[in-house]
Amino acid sequence: MTALQTVCLLAVAVAGTATVLTRDPLRQAVASGSLGLALSVLFLAFGAPDVALSQIVVAGVAVPVMVLLALAKIRTVDRAAAREDAGER
Amino acid sequence: MVAYLVAVWLLLVGLYGVITSRHLVHLVLCLGVMQASTYVLLLAIGWRVGGAAPIFADIPPSTPVVDPVVQALTLTDVVVEATVVAVLLALTVQAHKRFGTCDPDALGALRG
Amino acid sequence: MSARARLVLGLGSLAGLGALLVWAVGGLPDFGHPRGPYADLAPRIMLDERHVANAVTGITFDLRGFDTLGEELILFVAALGAAVLLRALRTEGAIEEAAADEERRGPGTADALRALGAVLVGPMLLLGIYVVVHGALTPGGGFQGGVLLAGALLLVYAAGQVAAVERVRPASLVEVADALGAAAYTLVALAGLVFGVAVMDNVLAYGTTGSLLSGGTVPVLSVAVGVEVTAGVTLILSEFVDQMLLRSRGGD
Repeated sequence: MTALQTVCLLAVAVAGTATVLTRDPLRQAVASGSLGLALSVLFLAFGAPDVALSQIVVAGVAVPVMVLLALAKIRTVDRAAAREDAGER
Repeated sequence: MVAYLVAVWLLLVGLYGVITSRHLVHLVLCLGVMQASTYVLLLAIGWRVGGAAPIFADIPPSTPVVDPVVQALTLTDVVVEATVVAVLLALTVQAHKRFGTCDPDALGALRG
Repeated sequence: MSARARLVLGLGSLAGLGALLVWAVGGLPDFGHPRGPYADLAPRIMLDERHVANAVTGITFDLRGFDTLGEELILFVAALGAAVLLRALRTEGAIEEAAADEERRGPGTADALRALGAVLVGPMLLLGIYVVVHGALTPGGGFQGGVLLAGALLLVYAAGQVAAVERVRPASLVEVADALGAAAYTLVALAGLVFGVAVMDNVLAYGTTGSLLSGGTVPVLSVAVGVEVTAGVTLILSEFVDQMLLRSRGGD
């Protein structure tokens, strides 16, 4: 086991723990992006360039975008509901 | 051995996040951490000491390479993860619209 | 059950699961010495018989082609599911009005971002097509290139050209492309029957290693998967973008 692999594994473990322990979904999207990046470097260290390419585009582009769009939609619905409640009262 | 232990740790930590989650989007991202543990386990099984990446474009055909079969499995696994996250997020948006909250504890039972 | 009791029960079972997993992992073969003949045999077959330089893509589309058929259909069904779930939240015609509103209001992003987006879309499309077509030769293939191509469309949205996104994705075109990709893969898989060999057999000429048309059906399947993944991911992302567009109108 090379030193690079050990460092990458530890980085992945730390990033994974950070992703779980971040409770706010918006900040967690950023933490999960860093987990994706650490994973892609780990895949390169394990001799898997195809998987690393896949992981970069998926965890760096597709998943954070979907999470952010879903959060924006949720926040808008929340704000509209709060406005209605304030208007009624 | 460290690789296998890191995979086990990621699975446990992700599962802990799913159990104690208070927001559906947080739950979905913790599920992503659990999926990451399977990737690490698969690739760690296939690693061969001194092996090169299994692309024979510029290396002689007799070099020892790492196991390409587990890489093929992990590759499609990564893309499928994105689609699973997409469906779960669509469900989250729908659930939020229906119940007004994103807290898994507060989601009510399905009503006909 | 109270939250505290659930937490204690959860932590206890996690500890038990952890112990079992560590015990199981201890029985795996030594790290760095994979057992199993498949690991040695597969690159040999890919290189010597099928003339495919990238062993991983060869395995994905040839040796384990059935699995990839299933994965591709998972993507197809997930795009379908996300579209069904999110389209129930909006009415017809609302998207066009919201896009027109947004365009009238003018882009809210900085000029530098819009310029960068406009400049990068072309190279990103080219890179995506290159990665899809060269799947059999270099790291790449249908899945990676497809997500890259969908990302190029997303760049258009991020650079503030919302109306351009709406024009570029008439929904029927993306859906047709999605279905075409999935159908193409299935048809190539069934082509084995036409040629008198088993289903999913590699029926085209193998070519020479390193040339673009090597590997028989591998580049064909790679392109089919690339089309399908692009369309599927574009469909999913554009459904989410539509929900975002409707935000200024206060929900649905």
